[in-house]
Amino acid sequence: MITPTHYMVLSAALFIIGVIGVMVRRNIIIIFMSIELILNAVNINLVAFSYKLQNGVGQVFAIFVIAVAAAEAAVGLGIILAFYRNKETVNIDEMNVMRW
Amino acid sequence: MLHAIAFYVLSAFILGFAVLVISTRNTVHSVLYLVLNFLAVAALYVLLTAQFLAAIQVLVYAGGIVVLYLFVVMLVNLKRPPEDHSSPQRRSWIGFALAGLVLAELGAIVTFGSVVAPTGPDMEMSDLALHNVEQIGMLLYTDYLIPFEVASMLLLVAMVGAIVLAKREL
Repeated sequence: MITPTHYMVLSAALFIIGVIGVMVRRNIIIIFMSIELILNAVNINLVAFSYKLQNGVGQVFAIFVIAVAAAEAAVGLGIILAFYRNKETVNIDEMNVMRW
Repeated sequence: MLHAIAFYVLSAFILGFAVLVISTRNTVHSVLYLVLNFLAVAALYVLLTAQFLAAIQVLVYAGGIVVLYLFVVMLVNLKRPPEDHSSPQRRSWIGFALAGLVLAELGAIVTFGSVVAPTGPDMEMSDLALHNVEQIGMLLYTDYLIPFEVASMLLLVAMVGAIVLAKREL
């Protein structure tokens, strides 16, 4: 029998993989993909509880999360392109223009 | 029983492809593994009787966002991957340590927290499963109309912002 706890564990594991990707990788495109993985983990949790409680609100919120992820990807990749045009790099260790 | 088998198979696919996304050195391969990961998540949504969300996942994530990523990966055209640069002050074990800390925290929540959920009358034949699109549309256009409009506004602003950022000169 698959309970919401199973889905929570899957979601937590996917979230952790995303966090490790953000922390360890230096390619900023990979870091953005890791953020997408994290948002997917959140969505799995929302939909699992929507199924368990038989309430559609969880799925509505998952749709909002997808909309925000699309906006984030568009703006983030725009920033990456603008930065690459100036500095010829996507290494986050070299992204220190705004460091005080 | 069938539900359990499908869940474990899809979980293995989701986690395996997620690990490949963050561990592959070639960025293009990483994006392609991300597509497979999104498709597995969409299949999981079908398992959870969220058919509309599964369609949205395939259309928006696997179809839209991933193409955007692929475009950027092709445009930046790296001669040397960023991992080849050595940087002495960066310590990657901190990332693993912090991730382990979050994993311990989430494990504690799962272990010690208790989720008491009422069981629905009949999960497979419920109203939400059979009339999924109607139910979601009803919620989206009545109770959550204001957030829906705010989300559309956010997408418009993000579109304008992305064009302004990526344009060479205005």
